[in-house]
Amino acid sequence: MSRIEKAFASGKAFIPFITCGDPDLMTTAACVREMVKNGASLIELGIPFSDPTAEGVVIQNANLRALGGGTTTDKVFDLVRDLRRDVKVPLVFMTYANVVFGYGAEKFISTCAAIGIDGLILPDLPFEEKDEFLPICRAHGVDLISMIAPTSENRIAMIAREAEGFLYVVSSLGVTGTRSKIVTDLAPIIKVVRENTDIPCAIGFGISTPEQAKDMSRLADGVIIGSAIIKLLERHGRAAPKFIGEYTRAITDAIA
Amino acid sequence: MTNAKGRFGVYGGQYIPETLMNAVIELEAAYETFKDDPTFNAELDKLFNEYAGRPSRLYFAKRMTEDLGGAKIYLKREDLNHTGAHKINNVLGQALLAKKMGKTRLIAETGAGQHGVATATAAALMDMECVIFMGEEDTRRQALNVYRMKLLGAEVIAVKTGTATLKDAVSETFREWTRRIADTHYCLGSVMGPHPFPTIVRDFQAVISKEIKSQILDREGRLPDVVIACVGGGSNAMGSFWHFIDDKQVQLIGCEAAGRGIDTFETAATISTGRQGIFHGMKSYFCQDEFGGIAPVYSISAGLDYPGIGPEHAHLHDTGRAEYVPITDAEAVAAFEYLSRTEGIIPAIESAHAVAHAVKIAPTMPKDKIIVITISGRGDKDCASVAKYRGVKLDE
Repeated sequence: MSRIEKAFASGKAFIPFITCGDPDLMTTAACVREMVKNGASLIELGIPFSDPTAEGVVIQNANLRALGGGTTTDKVFDLVRDLRRDVKVPLVFMTYANVVFGYGAEKFISTCAAIGIDGLILPDLPFEEKDEFLPICRAHGVDLISMIAPTSENRIAMIAREAEGFLYVVSSLGVTGTRSKIVTDLAPIIKVVRENTDIPCAIGFGISTPEQAKDMSRLADGVIIGSAIIKLLERHGRAAPKFIGEYTRAITDAIA
Repeated sequence: MTNAKGRFGVYGGQYIPETLMNAVIELEAAYETFKDDPTFNAELDKLFNEYAGRPSRLYFAKRMTEDLGGAKIYLKREDLNHTGAHKINNVLGQALLAKKMGKTRLIAETGAGQHGVATATAAALMDMECVIFMGEEDTRRQALNVYRMKLLGAEVIAVKTGTATLKDAVSETFREWTRRIADTHYCLGSVMGPHPFPTIVRDFQAVISKEIKSQILDREGRLPDVVIACVGGGSNAMGSFWHFIDDKQVQLIGCEAAGRGIDTFETAATISTGRQGIFHGMKSYFCQDEFGGIAPVYSISAGLDYPGIGPEHAHLHDTGRAEYVPITDAEAVAAFEYLSRTEGIIPAIESAHAVAHAVKIAPTMPKDKIIVITISGRGDKDCASVAKYRGVKLDE
């Protein structure tokens, strides 16, 4: 069983997202360890990019803070090497196609495998373009995570059938960011997913409160939260790990 | 093998969020339906001719030719189009297509403001809602165009993120499209972005080279030796090149904005200083750092101030069919002033980049050779920034 499969095997999974290097990499490391201690099942590590086109303003600003602090892909790789001394949960990178392409896809993905990265989420790499990186990911045993959106409709089955690791179901139109209400009727989308694949699916975009997380976890195998965590970093800076630990506990309790 | 759709060699493709995939698939299907539809084309021709003022003139620049003492120079006067630039060609096509698709709202990015003005114009004409995204820095450089867009009934949103210029306006328009797709068409302004945009925009701009070809055959009885156009994303250049691509004897030259020089960091010359990358929906050349971060770019021209280039240009560069040369701010400003004084034509600062290259090469060519320069837009909008560049204070 892969680390990602295991993460979903024992109940509903909570997948927190964090932008690496916001405000610095030591804080990121401390946050990740707090998340693990408080029950996070899998962690999405964002590699900062200059122009994160799928992000709302909260994560855009986190990317700018991280880059402004001198975070680079090589330094994020070092962070993961450090985390892997004690962190056992699956770690996936969330970044943009040019971060992989610009580094050199072979070099990037082989490094991911070597340092213990389990998967790769690239929001600007849709189904039609996944062969850009898929053969290299397969060769190194890194799962290329697919996404399904509220507008996917006739594409859901096709995407689900070829999905690897877990499926990232986007809850809402638009970019990342907290929303007071999730209006998409996700049940029919998840139903089509279920008919076409056995791999777990997690819902992300717009979730922030324990109540929302609980509602979403009823529909899927896991929930992904990003902007709400970044807001804690925005507010508390280097003191954020403790608050992120408490937040993680609140969410994992809610979906248990 | 990667997605074969919308590829120009290895370039192009559809590198966009899943949320937008059905929107571009729907757009492609609509375009395939209408592009050869006689009714659609009759409507578009009517708009081109009666509204935009096409065909635009091919003007023999006699004084410039005599002054430079070499090749004969013709100017393709896209600056004479309604709204003052080539942008209207693409916008009328896309707005008509969007209308046929049942869309009621147009959104667009703009750099210098010319595409925003053209989109706001088409929206007014076709009774559509219109929202324009413009980098905050550009709203300052091009305040008059902001006012024109508002006058035409558009909402103008100043984009404050990133470098607050054209690339950020493009990112923000894509974000807005993922928020609201059902009633909204993204009227992309250049031969860039995900398929089918580079093809659609090229086809609507191809009217430029179609006209140049028939006009020069009428005047000279032969094809030109050189066609020169400025390149940011590259829509007026693609339009100027398209019908000459198979005429191998016609040399095609795109002029990139070198800003303060390609050996400085203050440049927007993508082919000269960039490398292959994936951004804004396409694989192409981009100015970027060693980790794939998109580099901040600079040019005096807000319309060429973009870190990428359309994928078909990347392909034309790699295959050697077209040549791309850098032109600095200083050269462009000198050409802006030169054309104004020599021919009484004030070109857009973007187009002045193309004029600058002609000024360099025309004297080296024999008198029986012919150069066509596309004057993509008029320069009224640039007078304030050129005056500032020259240290001239203008009173309001």
